[in-house]
Amino acid sequence: MSRSRFRLVVDPVACDGAGVCAELLPEVISLDPWGFPIVASGDVAPGLVDMARRAVVSCPRLALHLVRVDD
Amino acid sequence: MTAPTGPGRLLDSVGTAEVVRLDAHLARWGAVPDLPVRSLLEAVDQSGLRGHGGAWFPVGAKWRSVAAGRSPIVVANGAEGEPASGKDRLLLHHAPHLVLDGAAVAAKAVGARRVIVHVSDDSVADVTTALAERERRGVDACSFEVVIAPDRFLSGQESAVVNTVNGRNIGIPSFVALRPVREQGIAGRPTLVQNVESLADVALIARYGPQWFRSVGTHDSPGTALITVTGLWESSRIVEVPLGTTLENALGITPGRADTIQAVLLGGYGGGWLPTSTALSLPFTEEAARALGTSIGAGVAVLLPAGVCPLVEVARVARYMEGEGAGQCGPCVNGLDVLASQLELLAHRPHTLSGGLSAFPTLCGLVEGRGACHHPDGVARFVRSALGVFGDHAAVHLQRGPCQTTRPFLPVPSASGVLR
Ligand SMILES: Cc1cc2nc3c(=O)[nH]c(=O)nc-3n(C[C@H](O)[C@H](O)[C@H](O)COP(=O)(O)O)c2cc1C
Ligand code: SF4
Ligand code: SF4
Repeated sequence: MSRSRFRLVVDPVACDGAGVCAELLPEVISLDPWGFPIVASGDVAPGLVDMARRAVVSCPRLALHLVRVDD
Repeated sequence: MTAPTGPGRLLDSVGTAEVVRLDAHLARWGAVPDLPVRSLLEAVDQSGLRGHGGAWFPVGAKWRSVAAGRSPIVVANGAEGEPASGKDRLLLHHAPHLVLDGAAVAAKAVGARRVIVHVSDDSVADVTTALAERERRGVDACSFEVVIAPDRFLSGQESAVVNTVNGRNIGIPSFVALRPVREQGIAGRPTLVQNVESLADVALIARYGPQWFRSVGTHDSPGTALITVTGLWESSRIVEVPLGTTLENALGITPGRADTIQAVLLGGYGGGWLPTSTALSLPFTEEAARALGTSIGAGVAVLLPAGVCPLVEVARVARYMEGEGAGQCGPCVNGLDVLASQLELLAHRPHTLSGGLSAFPTLCGLVEGRGACHHPDGVARFVRSALGVFGDHAAVHLQRGPCQTTRPFLPVPSASGVLR
């Protein structure tokens, strides 16, 4: 049985670019020149999934989503 | 009521400029046969029909996913926000009953009772008249409503269509990546948004079957396409060609005539530029265009004449596209403005462009895939391809300064909706 895989998705309409997520999860999220998050492509590394969940609940705009990837 | 055998299918009965009224439509094509739902879904699957609104997604696959939901709604999308396209308006004017037949077939196939005809102001009278004719004859089992699309580039984007019909955020896309429109759209119901040309094709597939449909076109892109051609004649014209034909053959362009064409824009303002010889000899299909970094979009070919500064044209379109953005996603709002500003410098004040062309690929990369809709992706494709094709011209600007001002060529609507 394989472990679930996850991906982070930003809702660009809701996101205000204050960058809380990039501070909490710099391994996966960087900021563009205007302060909006750039999510590294691919799945979130298994060891970072818990931190990714924290970033999701800390986003003041509820703009960050952790999505399970179906095989 | 024989099946058309030539390349003219949708425009078969409208060689002349007249409108095909319901009587003439039924005399030419007959009524739509009353096929069971399963046969309709199979026929559309087997036909290989792909959507003509710009994304070329397989129609049968979308129908099956919408049909799996409860009480879906069908939208016939004739918004045609792209300024260089005129084929949807032509089709709705000349052969509205093919579109409405196709919408009725789609509704039956996916189990919808409500069809929304979403069209620009230009097409409202055409559709209303045709619907009244059908109502009098009692042609349809489904109900039709007409909704006017705002006159903006984005208004035909799928989630923007849903918002317009729902009456909130009219003409503006939403973030639907996690819950697609085909699962939750108008009134929260599964929604099938289909381009009007795709639906007209459906009307003929329902009558003549998938084998007939596949008798022209390519294996992966069967059937015909309506193409809006600008720059070959005095004004734009719409032609119907089998998919996979080269523009050279479809338009009868001689080598001498080709020499007067500076470059070709395929797919409109969200498409991309190609060198003339490449564009004219390319089999006209989405997959062939994609392989070269462009798209055929909704079937648009603009032949840029010699003697026009391409960089001025590219900057005009980029600024127009920036202004047409919905202003709600950070990377799109910021990135398109910087892109347009840099292109304006390249066109008019190239000496002030520190760093030359090096900033453009980075800027394109910063907007690609980062909006709620694909608008910024289209702009990035347009700009990347322009710098590829007009790289020599850009080098001349950087070394010797801008061209003398030329007459604007590409149609760019102003804020008031008038072409300038
Ligand atoms: C910026 C943008 C503008 C669009 N405008 C139109 C349009 O005017 N008409 C249209 O049919 N599709 C348009 N589309 C595509 C629609 O989102 C959708 O894919 C299409 O209507 C589905 O129909 P089809 O599968 O028959 O092509 C647009 C897409 C984008 C990203
Ligand atoms: S925390 Fe949320 S709102 Fe802030 S930048 Fe990240 S995704 Fe955007
Ligand atoms: S990507 Fe741009 S055009 Fe699309 S919804 Fe976001 S702001 Fe609007």
